[in-house]
Amino acid sequence: MSSDDVSEAQAAGTTLVSAAAARWERACLLTDLFPERGAAALFGDVQVALFRLAEDPADPAPGGQVYAVQNLDPFSGAHVMSRGIVGTRAGVPTVAAPVYKQVFSLLTGECLVAADKTPKADLPADLVTYPVEIRDGVVHVGLP
Amino acid sequence: MVNSGNTQHVVVIGGGMVAQRLVEALRARDDAGRYHVTVFAEEPRAPYDRVGLTRWFEDGPEGIALGDPALWADPYVTLHTDRKIESIDREARTVTDRLGHVHAYDELVLATGSSAAMPPIPGNDLPGVFVYRTIDDVAALRGWVEQKRKSYPEGKPVRGAVIGGGLLGLEAAGALTALDAQATVIEFGTHLMGVQVDLGGGQALKRLINGKGIGVRAETATSQMKPHRRTGHVGRLDFADGGRLDVDVVVVATGVRPRDELARAAGLPVGERGGAVVDLSCRTEDPHIWAVGEVACIEGRCIGLVAPGNTMAEVVVDRLLGGLAEFPGADTATKLKLSGVDVASFGDAHARTEDAVEVVWADPVAGVYKKLVLSDDARTLLGGVFVGDAGPYASLRPMLGAELPGDDPSAFLLPEGGGGAPNLELPDEANVCSCNNVSAGAIRGAVTEHQCTDVPGVKACTRAGTTCGACLPLVKKLVDTELERAGIEVSTALCEHFDMSRAQLFDAVRVADLHSFSDIVSRFGTSTGSRGCDICKPVVASVLASLGNGHILAGEQSTLQDTNDHMLANLQKDGTYSVVPRMPGGEVTPEGLIVVGQVAKDFGLYTKITGGQRIDMFGARVEQLPDIWRRLVDAGFESGHAYGKSLRTVKSCVGSTWCRYGVQDSVGMAVELELRYRGLRSPHKLKMGVSGCARECAEARGKDVGVIATDKGWNIYVGGNGGQTPRHAKLLAEDLTSEELLRTIDRFLMYYVRTADRLQRTAPWIEEVDGGLEGVREVIMEDSLGICADLDAAMARHVENYEDEWKAVLEDPEKLRRFSSFVNAPKDADPSLAYVEERGQRRPATAQERAAGVVIAGPKLEVRA
Repeated sequence: MSSDDVSEAQAAGTTLVSAAAARWERACLLTDLFPERGAAALFGDVQVALFRLAEDPADPAPGGQVYAVQNLDPFSGAHVMSRGIVGTRAGVPTVAAPVYKQVFSLLTGECLVAADKTPKADLPADLVTYPVEIRDGVVHVGLP
Repeated sequence: MVNSGNTQHVVVIGGGMVAQRLVEALRARDDAGRYHVTVFAEEPRAPYDRVGLTRWFEDGPEGIALGDPALWADPYVTLHTDRKIESIDREARTVTDRLGHVHAYDELVLATGSSAAMPPIPGNDLPGVFVYRTIDDVAALRGWVEQKRKSYPEGKPVRGAVIGGGLLGLEAAGALTALDAQATVIEFGTHLMGVQVDLGGGQALKRLINGKGIGVRAETATSQMKPHRRTGHVGRLDFADGGRLDVDVVVVATGVRPRDELARAAGLPVGERGGAVVDLSCRTEDPHIWAVGEVACIEGRCIGLVAPGNTMAEVVVDRLLGGLAEFPGADTATKLKLSGVDVASFGDAHARTEDAVEVVWADPVAGVYKKLVLSDDARTLLGGVFVGDAGPYASLRPMLGAELPGDDPSAFLLPEGGGGAPNLELPDEANVCSCNNVSAGAIRGAVTEHQCTDVPGVKACTRAGTTCGACLPLVKKLVDTELERAGIEVSTALCEHFDMSRAQLFDAVRVADLHSFSDIVSRFGTSTGSRGCDICKPVVASVLASLGNGHILAGEQSTLQDTNDHMLANLQKDGTYSVVPRMPGGEVTPEGLIVVGQVAKDFGLYTKITGGQRIDMFGARVEQLPDIWRRLVDAGFESGHAYGKSLRTVKSCVGSTWCRYGVQDSVGMAVELELRYRGLRSPHKLKMGVSGCARECAEARGKDVGVIATDKGWNIYVGGNGGQTPRHAKLLAEDLTSEELLRTIDRFLMYYVRTADRLQRTAPWIEEVDGGLEGVREVIMEDSLGICADLDAAMARHVENYEDEWKAVLEDPEKLRRFSSFVNAPKDADPSLAYVEERGQRRPATAQERAAGVVIAGPKLEVRA
């Protein structure tokens, strides 16, 4: 999986989350992101966790894209989601919270494994997701 | 005390094992809260495992803890320790304690047990003569032996004698040996353990006991104990045959006498040889007074074993709750719990049944003697004696009174693998755990009905094997058979990406010589995906690191690391990290302390001393970590691996270099160990400790590997840990040279690293190794698997290839790039962080403090160097 493949896939408009984006922000170069790891990006007060996933044609789970979710971990209250381990669960790309190890879908933000915990201060258990587009090798995030 | 209208009051006199069982059984069955139970113990402690008294030397008080301590916190239970009952008033239904307080009862249970009998040998009151019954007896014995040793020139042994060669006498002799005293057992009868074992067995036993360095003098009557001329302490035993033995300490273990004085004073009938007479419901002549355990004279005799006592306790509880249970007769099976000496007997060991047939198998050279007692048709099992190899005991004892399968009963006595004994299919009603009265059916039911899938689960569910543990091999066999039968395959799969357990994966990766996650998952992964997950990735990361694959942040390995390993720091609750430089053995120079202090001050870090004798600095943000570490590395510090599943610290006391009592250089050894094993990745974190003398100030026995200095070298203990289920480490080897010590630890650690499960600490790992601690010993001390050379080589590679992970990061701009707060603002602090000051340092603000606006410092306000 080269970075070019990623840019082509997402540049072709295969945005996974169809939430209406009010504004698009430039986050970084695609090459600034380490494959199979996350990075946080700061837009004003909003923290977003970006994940650049590898792609394996033999793997049924979707890959080869950049996904964006909220950086706030609802179960610890800390802004750390970008530091979780990515992987797959039953064909769904996931990220695990680094504090108490809940597992979330990167496609929908849904909390798949709550690990016997409840979120802090009435935060929703699921993560907010953001649309991502790669334009000329630059990662753009759609914010509401 | 709970006192609703109808609650009745049960008073139990005596705080021994049987009293505990009675309270446990009553609370387990009395759902309606009909009874409140009050226990009056004479000893100043809760009931403990008296059968395991010898273990107290090895494992301390926790080694003989009994049952769940929560029992004594039950609102329906009251325990008064150090509160002897002085009298019973049957008319008024009250008892009076030693403080003169009067307590009313509805039902009274005598569980006063026995006292050690003291035969009328002149001199039996001399200082240095002990009995062996309570923790206090054992503690006094130890104190005496240690004091004697100190009064002697170095090297002169303390000489002990035990009068009485029964079960208790041999355990007392074992205790003397454990105290490093010489021991000679004096037995009046023809052979040791005469009650349980026949003459042939007794002779084999004598050879085994001699092999432990314990002398035996049978057919010997002690005529007097004479004082030492100068000290007045016991100094010599004179025997009826004219022989003599010089001694420093004597333990008398000739038998026990029921504590029936309260029963006598209350006018209750007592047996010919003492004991409160009870019927098969364990009730005395008084309908409101019961007796259980050793004080009960049942079927005309008192029984000095815990299993029948427990059965009596269950009978009384059943009766109190309106049942009709009766005492079914005593199971007098016994097993000697002396390390390295296997002796067990059950049933009619002396073949007193008319026309009984005896089948004997003996190997005098190896000190093995095994005998089965069978009915005249050689089919029905009546009893057995096992000396030197109690292997068949656990599976044969429950067959007592049943027909043995197969044509040749002697097949059961042949050494394992030699004869092909038929598989025993225990009947459901066969009693497997006699301590807790658990049948084979109950164990099977735990698997089939209560979904237990392993031995620990079955232990928790049925209590089988939780007292003496002798039945555990049989429990395991039953559980395995039942799981197999139910078609339950216990899954050891790591996750959906790997069907293997960690240990299997480790071997597979090692043998296939693979070095990347991609190669491993494509070769050994399942078809559910090649990208792994948060479960298997860190396991593979650990396996790769243990096998030596370069820096943990190199290439693809970096994608596998948990955030702690990825940032080489410990994630804290607010998303910042803590930083711990290595201070080997807890040793640090004043210059080092100043650097640490200055760094913490410049970066506004909270500092605290850790339990592992080093300094933790909290509140470091991702983007600060490289700057912090550059200062530390420049000052000569290196990563402390506090973030890894790896060796953390080797704690030490100050040792012989400064301490008046130290016998070895514990700090020097701790530094050597810490430098040798630093950076070793393992299934879970590893801790070690080194103490410079037996006072054990380093608390080494609370560690995975504990080293304690002796005047001859080092003792090594393994499998200790703190945490949720604290364990004391157990002795693996004694008096090792420094070189032998390193080799032993090398192998122990490598064997653990290779074979333990994911996140399995050393204590449960040892339990799961075939043969337990003994099995581990055989593998690493006797090379029973022929892998020691391989283990040694693997550790040598680890030592050779060590590099400081942080230094390597600082030298590599590509790795440094990971330490950015935001990909679009690499040096900006996380704006959500907030702190307040407490006791002169800052800590994360709570949600309330944030809401109330008392926050003193956001991340951008603090001063930076």
